[in-house]
Amino acid sequence: METKVEARKTMTDLRTHAAEIAEQFSDHLDVSTDEVEERLERLVSEYRVPVDEARRSVVNSYLDDAGIERDELGGGAGGNEQTLLNDIDQDEQWVDVRAKVVDLWEPRSDAIAQVGLLGDESGRMKFVSFTTSELPELEEGKSYALGNVVTDEYQGNFSVKLNRTTSIAELDEEIEVGDDSTAVEGALVDIQSGSGLIKRCPEEDCTRVLQNGRCSEHGNVEGEFDLRIKAVLDDGDEVQEVIFNREMTEELTGIELDEAKQMAMDALDTTIVEEEMRGDLVGYYYRVTGPTFRRYVLANEVERLSDPTDAEELLIKARSM
Amino acid sequence: MSSNDIPTREVARRVFAQEFNDAGYTFKESDDERAPGYLLLPTGESANRVFLVGTLTEKEDVGEDNEYWRGRIVDPTGTFFVYAGQYQPEAASALRDLEAPAYVAVVGKPRTYETDDGNINVSVRPESITEVDAATRDRWVTETADRTLERIEQFDDEGNEYARMAREHYDLDPDEYKRAAIAALESLEQADELNA
Repeated sequence: METKVEARKTMTDLRTHAAEIAEQFSDHLDVSTDEVEERLERLVSEYRVPVDEARRSVVNSYLDDAGIERDELGGGAGGNEQTLLNDIDQDEQWVDVRAKVVDLWEPRSDAIAQVGLLGDESGRMKFVSFTTSELPELEEGKSYALGNVVTDEYQGNFSVKLNRTTSIAELDEEIEVGDDSTAVEGALVDIQSGSGLIKRCPEEDCTRVLQNGRCSEHGNVEGEFDLRIKAVLDDGDEVQEVIFNREMTEELTGIELDEAKQMAMDALDTTIVEEEMRGDLVGYYYRVTGPTFRRYVLANEVERLSDPTDAEELLIKARSM
Repeated sequence: MSSNDIPTREVARRVFAQEFNDAGYTFKESDDERAPGYLLLPTGESANRVFLVGTLTEKEDVGEDNEYWRGRIVDPTGTFFVYAGQYQPEAASALRDLEAPAYVAVVGKPRTYETDDGNINVSVRPESITEVDAATRDRWVTETADRTLERIEQFDDEGNEYARMAREHYDLDPDEYKRAAIAALESLEQADELNA
């Protein structure tokens, strides 16, 4: 059922639909976005046709004009649901998204044309497009309507894959990217191995943490020192793993990289840094804020909770139980 | 979902010494030999791990051939017994180095053993023992009272499996732990007044 509110909202989307349809037919017909929009608007405004149906009908008539079947068309012919990135929770779903290209990364393989982060009001998500799909390049900072992308899941983390049938329409408006950082609170109950003074692979774009001087990708290398902490916060109901990068580790512990290197040299042992940090941090309560990545919260802010808690409110509750 | 393949770390329950020491029933959730073991808390919760903060009042090396440290850690309701030997080198060396009295935080696993006279003693096998400050100890007392009261509130909920087990295996009244939680909170308030 089309409600009035939805109708108003979809009116503003007509231009987007029109751009997507024009893009889909660009290989087959010479249709402009304006022309498509006009036809859509006629159906929607004048004849009160729901926008999905209007889109269907307009696409159908262009299919007739072009003499092709629907499945020959670049996909997304109005059949998918417009999805917020944060709502994606299933593997291998065909969806349409409207998102801004927040970040582009260097592809690690020739098979990948582009890889990076998309963002919309609900959060951020990785996207990949493949060389074989021969899609136009997305530009960082620009917002797009992406029709017919496929969701993908790896270890509980979702991404979207662009493909040969994906329609790409640049949007005039800029999509606002929501803040997906979370705040977690709890006692710091453990510091995991691989914390403290570590060595990273110096190969370009690698940065993997070395295990006994070995990078899992590049073998034995001369590592570069870095600081980080992988910690576990526990509030008695749930555990949350947190990663502190060098900057946050220095802020949290007051131990700077140079000092950590000196400690390790004096002790002829790098693990002394982790031990020292363990003694300083474990058992205290912290609040950590930052974005989530896989099962970690990446700390952007950290605060030791040392103010007295309010026992009085709890007492009132307890006495009334 | 493949995310379930990642072994999840067991949460550290918050429980006062009185309730912890009253527990004695342990169980596993599956027949697998390596399945984690749980202590059944009398307020109706399973505990594979605990986090506690209190005052280390005494420590003693009770080992014969090897070092085996016993620490007494006191909270507003009673005393936790913590044992650390050669298989808990970090906790053992922490106990060796600490000087009582001191506020300490312990992360560890509940352990039970039956004494010659048939009583079941409950203790903590620590994963870590670290010195903390008074504010952290107070925060723990408040938090533990909060968690305890939550468990008591849910004790009569339908489908509360651990409460059902607690009724079956213990003859203990949850109200007693409510009174203990209230007394613990009151001890914080009184300390505030003394300091004021």
